[in-house]
Amino acid sequence: MPRMSESGAYGTSVAIGGLPIGISSADPEFIAMLERRYAGFLGAADDAAIRLEVDLVAPARIGDDEELEVGRDGRRWTMSRGDFRADWDPISKQGRVRQAAYPYAIDSVLRIVHSLVLAERGGFLLHAASAIRGGRAFIFSGVSGAGKTTISRLAPSDVTLLTDEISYVREAGQGYRAFGTPFAGELGRPGENLAAPVAALYFLAKGSSDAARPLAASSAARRLLRNILFFADERPLVEKLFRTACDFVSRVPVYELTFRPGAEVWDLVR
Amino acid sequence: MSETYIKRSRDTAARMLGDEMIIMSVKDSRVFTLNPTASIIWGAADGITTLREIVARDLVPEFEIDTEAAYQDALELVGQLAQEGILMVTDHPIPAEQP
Repeated sequence: MPRMSESGAYGTSVAIGGLPIGISSADPEFIAMLERRYAGFLGAADDAAIRLEVDLVAPARIGDDEELEVGRDGRRWTMSRGDFRADWDPISKQGRVRQAAYPYAIDSVLRIVHSLVLAERGGFLLHAASAIRGGRAFIFSGVSGAGKTTISRLAPSDVTLLTDEISYVREAGQGYRAFGTPFAGELGRPGENLAAPVAALYFLAKGSSDAARPLAASSAARRLLRNILFFADERPLVEKLFRTACDFVSRVPVYELTFRPGAEVWDLVR
Repeated sequence: MSETYIKRSRDTAARMLGDEMIIMSVKDSRVFTLNPTASIIWGAADGITTLREIVARDLVPEFEIDTEAAYQDALELVGQLAQEGILMVTDHPIPAEQP
């Protein structure tokens, strides 16, 4: 049973990339649902660096077919989609979410908040599977259908999956680190809550044989920028993200990985 | 004969990677890659130097090409970049913006 705070709300904390985001609600069932969904990524609610207060409403109270919009209202970020309205103040680190009692809305809010925080800190969320092998992280990026889940399913036993859908990457020291995320794709299970230095980035392409072809930095940067999840159009943040992407491809080997669905493709990933 | 002046749009972020310039439109996140020749023109697009001067000063000695042919190619290129909204092209100098 989730713990009730002095204010009468129930809360939990979801820590991705070492950043705990506290989530509170008056409904203990909702918090319990989140704790099941994000098991493996839970932290102490009291330690949360960012806090989101969730107001649960009936599903019909929010417009169903609205597209995602992220903007700025003064210093607060505002986010809305058919199934939620949210705002978040990066100074006070407090935010509110108005949504129905489904996990998908808060899942999206978490992704948006992480993408904003990461952009400031020299990192990004990427449409990519990622995994640790031999203490190093390998990232496999591609749009839906490119093979992120397929290559995750083919992973041999010495590989630890960080995610099959959304990778979390952040600058660290002389390079970049990839962190596990609970954001699952078709594999249907969260990644492991671990991190490792990024050894290589592969852009996936299905083919009739297995081959890894090094990409020139400019081509790698174009592809990387296409696959980064970023929702805001604020100039300083977009410029920062651009610099991060260019820096990443200058420091991390990037390949196009053509593969046919077979476990042998992992022979190329070392 | 009127001159052509070019200036990089302030709504762009750019960085040289290898021998190519990669440019992103900050307004809509579109990404462009310029080859070495176009990268030189982009780098010299200060709004003050004419395109003809840029071609004669930076391209002709570097690539040992015919000046007039290079200038016509450069005109076509800057027209395309202007259409994409990442380069300003005018017939008069474009002063530096105040900070």
